[in-house]
Amino acid sequence: MTVFLIIIVVALFAITIWQLSRIFQLSRNTNSIDSSEIASDKDNRTQGNLMLAFGIAFYLFMLYNFWNFSDRALPAASSEHGADYDNLLLITMAVIMFVQVITQGLLHYFAFKYKGKKGQKALFFADNDKLEFVWTIIPVIVLAGLIIYGLFTWSDIMDVDEEDDPIVIELYAKQFSWQARYAGQDNVLGKANVRFIEGANTMGVDESDPYAMDDVITAEIHLPVNRPVLFKMRSQDVLHSAYFPHFRAQMNVVPGMITQFSFTPTVTTDEINETEYMRDKVAYINEIRREKSAELAALGEEPLSDYDQFEYYLLCNKICGVAHYNMQMKVVVETEEEFNTWMAEQKKYSETMEAATAGRQVEKNSGSELAQVEN
Amino acid sequence: MSAVGQVPVNEHAHDDHHHEGNFFTKYIFSMDHKVIAKQYLFTALFMGIIGIAMSIFFRMQLAWPAESFKIFEIFLGKWAPDGVMSQEIYLALVTIHGTIMVFFVLTQGLSGTFSNLLIPLQIGARDMASGFMNMLSYWLFFLSCIIMLSSLFIESGPASAGWTIYPPLSALPQAIGGSGLGMTLWLISMAIFIASSLLGSLNYIVTVINLRTKGMSMTRLPLTIWALFVTAIIGVVSFPVLLSAALMLIMDRSFGTSFFLSDIYIGGEVLHYQGGSPILFEHLFWFLGHPEVYIVILPAMGIASEILATNSRKPIFGYRAMIASILGIAFLSTIVWGHHMFVSGMNPFLGSVFTFTTLLIAIPSAVKAFNWITTIWKGNLQMNPSMLFSIGFVSTFITGGLTGIVLGDSTLDINVHDTYFVVAHFHLVMGISALYGMFAGIYHWFPKMFGRMMNKNLGYIHFWITIIGAYGVFFPMHFVGMAGLPRRYYDNTAFPYFDDLLEVNVLITVFAIVTALVQLVFLYNFIHSIVAGKKATANPWNSNSLEWTTPVEPIHGNWPGEIPHVYRWAYDYSKTNENGEYVIAGQDFAPQNVPLQKGEEELNH
Repeated sequence: MTVFLIIIVVALFAITIWQLSRIFQLSRNTNSIDSSEIASDKDNRTQGNLMLAFGIAFYLFMLYNFWNFSDRALPAASSEHGADYDNLLLITMAVIMFVQVITQGLLHYFAFKYKGKKGQKALFFADNDKLEFVWTIIPVIVLAGLIIYGLFTWSDIMDVDEEDDPIVIELYAKQFSWQARYAGQDNVLGKANVRFIEGANTMGVDESDPYAMDDVITAEIHLPVNRPVLFKMRSQDVLHSAYFPHFRAQMNVVPGMITQFSFTPTVTTDEINETEYMRDKVAYINEIRREKSAELAALGEEPLSDYDQFEYYLLCNKICGVAHYNMQMKVVVETEEEFNTWMAEQKKYSETMEAATAGRQVEKNSGSELAQVEN
Repeated sequence: MSAVGQVPVNEHAHDDHHHEGNFFTKYIFSMDHKVIAKQYLFTALFMGIIGIAMSIFFRMQLAWPAESFKIFEIFLGKWAPDGVMSQEIYLALVTIHGTIMVFFVLTQGLSGTFSNLLIPLQIGARDMASGFMNMLSYWLFFLSCIIMLSSLFIESGPASAGWTIYPPLSALPQAIGGSGLGMTLWLISMAIFIASSLLGSLNYIVTVINLRTKGMSMTRLPLTIWALFVTAIIGVVSFPVLLSAALMLIMDRSFGTSFFLSDIYIGGEVLHYQGGSPILFEHLFWFLGHPEVYIVILPAMGIASEILATNSRKPIFGYRAMIASILGIAFLSTIVWGHHMFVSGMNPFLGSVFTFTTLLIAIPSAVKAFNWITTIWKGNLQMNPSMLFSIGFVSTFITGGLTGIVLGDSTLDINVHDTYFVVAHFHLVMGISALYGMFAGIYHWFPKMFGRMMNKNLGYIHFWITIIGAYGVFFPMHFVGMAGLPRRYYDNTAFPYFDDLLEVNVLITVFAIVTALVQLVFLYNFIHSIVAGKKATANPWNSNSLEWTTPVEPIHGNWPGEIPHVYRWAYDYSKTNENGEYVIAGQDFAPQNVPLQKGEEELNH
């Protein structure tokens, strides 16, 4: 209601102003013609100079951004194909910034240099085939190079080679959490469909499929370093996107079909925490958090926890609902031995289901006992 | 040849008596293209105010997460308990901001306003081919605006699945509140919008083909008309596909079909949908969605080309190359949609094809940018506000366009897809650039629309603060994207890793607020100049095109006497004879309706 009132008040206010200005306008003669609203030589000079100033300021602003913010960009890739990715990105960025610096420079310099003066004659220069050929062919060549490099890298990344013996892991997405299902000893995932979801079987795994029995369902991902991993992705409700920024990996998770992405992690969690980049970053974030905590403490609120160490993560990167911003899963990259130790601690799917059935049994029994007592 | 189709639309309009309708037929249900153009402009500006205000709201949430603001309490009501923006309304604001800005402001504010205003005036026609269809087109647009705005006031909230409304999120009210009635209204509004756009586009195409005055061959058309003409064609080709996608989504939502849905478990039950594919929707959506960005940017390109040439007092450089690149962009724009879907789960081979076509489109774009820069080279630049915005347009178009090379490359897209890098890219290349084109057009043709001049000093203030602010918002945003921060996150502080981006977000938001506020200067200038601006002369910018040969006070039928004939192209600025004198002594321009002078050669353009 208040919104409507405000809208009405604003509208009435606007009408008042309009009427006032009409009266104002009627009370004076606006019919005299002058050219004062057309740029004069003085305007041309001022605005031309400002164009040059802006061009320089824009250069400085770009430098400032690179200087201050480029350390926030992701660290060097922690996956095998990521090195190619970073290389291609670097080349592309260099080309882009080169063109950007040249063209913006020319544009703003010309705007300054050729600012209008009375009596100055512009050059009647309507076309020039040679020039146009030059600036058609140069982008063609540069882009051809980028396309070819890009396409080779793309097919390398997307081509999943089953002979590398990748660990097969299913990523299961739902509003608003991730689960992982390791294919287990046989490295084959059991069949699954949302229609099998019931009770403890939250991922809809087919209980009659023998391949499913040794599958391992976990709430975080552990990966052995330098071993290819193949993610098979499934969603139970809406579109999600599995985004591993540090591994330069992303694939949408689509209900009704299985999508996949494969990569080889090359840097363990411990190793990346040793890098200068990550040490600086964690220290800086802690600094920010402590400042913020001090502010919170002054207001009598709970302080923020420290950022102990960096962990890789998997994010959801396709709008999926209200808590989209907090749909994440921890990823740990570790040595083969550490991975095996961790794996040995996990429960197999068959064990989980047995425990659940037993649990249900117990519940039922205790329930009936209670009922008897009441009787 | 073009004179054959030239039948005066209103036989008696150019007689001495000026037929006076009542208030309603003159200003409301008008069939006059100039009035309809103004209606489009006012509606688009009104929608723009709402769209920009929304963006300020969610920028404030991003910079100062979960903080309480009085202004949220006032405008968002129950969606901002205690003045803290809720997650639901954050997504709704993002969604409606995108929808309003792309369709209601940039599409109709540019194409609707300037096609209607300029096509008849610049080709020498008395009105559009069908005045009635034109009126219908506007009122359908108006209706779709009303429906879209009404969705802001409903109980379950407006659509909030992102402006791309990917199902299943947009199809299932269980998944997000906004996918209930809000989404229904969104789809109805868009369906009507598409009908409006088609009626308008068909009219523009027919008018340009049939109603050109004598001598106005296609190769003498100003580039604005070329751009608007091709824009209309792209619209006719691609909007129906969005309509079909919207209809199928309506069927899935309301009638239990499974075009886009399959295997869904939500709210504790398995839904009956089987066999549909969300990826199909993505294909259909982007088959429009990508041409749509060219529907937005081509008119801005046309406007900038015209204004750069006029104010440089030079012909546009490479007129034929400019037309060829408009056509090239238009053609390629319909076969690049897949670059929005590299990681959607479609076959990776398709990704390779779309990378190829996408990077091809950089070539005509580069040609245009170089031609604009060459146009101002050795000119005699008249720094009117419209000229500044046109130069600004070239600047942001280059800055934003270049990052397209990163996003169009399927490999590089993997890691920046759906991050703030994308947001920075498309806001610069189609959002800000198109807005600059629109501002340039408003400043330039204001005298034609209202017979008065806008205040130039306010225009200068508007331009400089806007360009500084817009770069301040979107240049640092690239770095936020490079840090791997996904878009459409309500809050980036849910885990510590992104904490160091907060200060960048504060910087961006402060720039955004300043930029939004300076638009009030423009609004004031615009409204004040309509009622109390200085009276304009017939041809204030010494321009060549035909619209400046009409009287200052607009009349029905445009020209009081006969329609002028055309003898030359629109860009004979500073043309000299061999002796170095201007072809028309003492005047550095030769309007299109001036016959070739003695000894003057027509260049083969």
